[in-house]
Amino acid sequence: MTWLDLLIAVACVAGVLGFISVVALVAIWTERKISAHIHDRLGPMETGGFHGWAQTIADMVKLLQKEDIIPDAADKPLFKLAPYIVLSATIASFVVLPFGAHLIGTDLNIGIYYLVAISSLEVAGILMAGWASNNKWALFGGMRSASQMISFEIPIGLSLLIPIMIVGSLSMQDLVGAQAGGFWNWGVFSHLPFAMIAFIVYFWASLAEVNRTPFDLPEGESELVAGFHVEYSGMRFAMFFLAEFANMFLVAGVAVALFLGGWHAPFSFLEISAESNVILHNLVGFFWFASKGMVLLFIQQWLRWTLPRLRVDQLMHVCWKIFLPFSFVNVLIVSLWIVLTQS
Amino acid sequence: MNILGEIVFWVFVLLTIGSSMVVVFHSRIIYSAFALLFTFFGIAGLYVFLAADFLAASQVLIYVGGILTLIIFGVFMTTKITTLSIPQLTHHRYIALIPIGLVFYALVHMIFKTSWPVNVLDVGPTTQMLGQLLLTKYLVPFELASVLLLAALVGAMRLARMFREAD
Repeated sequence: MTWLDLLIAVACVAGVLGFISVVALVAIWTERKISAHIHDRLGPMETGGFHGWAQTIADMVKLLQKEDIIPDAADKPLFKLAPYIVLSATIASFVVLPFGAHLIGTDLNIGIYYLVAISSLEVAGILMAGWASNNKWALFGGMRSASQMISFEIPIGLSLLIPIMIVGSLSMQDLVGAQAGGFWNWGVFSHLPFAMIAFIVYFWASLAEVNRTPFDLPEGESELVAGFHVEYSGMRFAMFFLAEFANMFLVAGVAVALFLGGWHAPFSFLEISAESNVILHNLVGFFWFASKGMVLLFIQQWLRWTLPRLRVDQLMHVCWKIFLPFSFVNVLIVSLWIVLTQS
Repeated sequence: MNILGEIVFWVFVLLTIGSSMVVVFHSRIIYSAFALLFTFFGIAGLYVFLAADFLAASQVLIYVGGILTLIIFGVFMTTKITTLSIPQLTHHRYIALIPIGLVFYALVHMIFKTSWPVNVLDVGPTTQMLGQLLLTKYLVPFELASVLLLAALVGAMRLARMFREAD
């Protein structure tokens, strides 16, 4: 490790932080507008002129100025520490997300495995927040969130295994690189229909992983007020909020990288080859990656405002009795397919 | 190793040792449980310095994501845990010296007997090698561990059911 490496690392983290802030700003605004339109109302219309586009910025400024209230009965050190753990786990996972051919924090050879591992730190942070708040709603929210995240990690891991087995690598860029040359080469369409089943299982399970409807029991406003972050305010609340929206993009980004061609365009003539212009090649790649991620983000929001919430037993039923058997059979069939065709 | 790598290494060492001290000495069990998070994470960092990247990620995934969460769940589910403080008194001081001495001797003996590789060779990606070894040379221990875990799982479910039937 040299000083230059350190500089590059700092620049990467700064880039990730900047990116997730922008994504969160856009996503919070679209969430409000989409929810409003689905509910047949207008949503923010005034701030900034055009359809209230500056509303989130105004809210962010408000949050930054707000007093950081720490409840008297809270476990203060843990209460203060929890948002940092959640947000750092999120930022650390973004480092291996391939935004372009060279736009990647670091292309670890265990990239996707690292991502799954480091995002499990978040569970500890959420449990910490739920416990330290010393509030029954927060504790329930934290417990529900953690139990749901560790349960759904299993179908997620098994469905991510499908593209990993097909490509034969854990490196994010290898996984993306194998899907070059048009949308029919994308991960979802290989080994039809098994990779597609894996994609569907991954997408639904990832909704549970980021606590979105129909799996938003940890936050269920009508029962738990807001779940594990109910006691937080000001900057610390903003950190949870940022992590939450960043995680929505993160799970969408993983789906894009492994199943939807990553930074490759749907048709190869829409790409600029790396030989002609490296910078433009990366920018176009970034455009495609971010657009695909945003489409999945939109679907997440669309589902959130359309579907009702599951009960706890239904949630576990979906995970252990539907997703898990499907994923197991899927892994068996695809590995058999690979063994038969490759030998 | 250059100076920067050295600093990062010592940060991980201090993180591991410091947090494990909290695990052992803190009087409140919830702090011990959460301090374990940093211990596991620090050990994962040390694995990275030993060029064992796959092992490091597995350490975080299994110990932080799985075992630590279970421990914290256990702490949460225990009744009256907030008021419980673990007594840090020492009982049977002189008898305790015997097992402590034995463990200490074994550790020191191992530390001096092992020939520690000073320079870590850049072995490159370890994932493939690990996978192949697990399914060839170490297949039997690997499968034995799986069977053991399965037995523990079934046993845990049986225990949980037993209490439900008793109600």
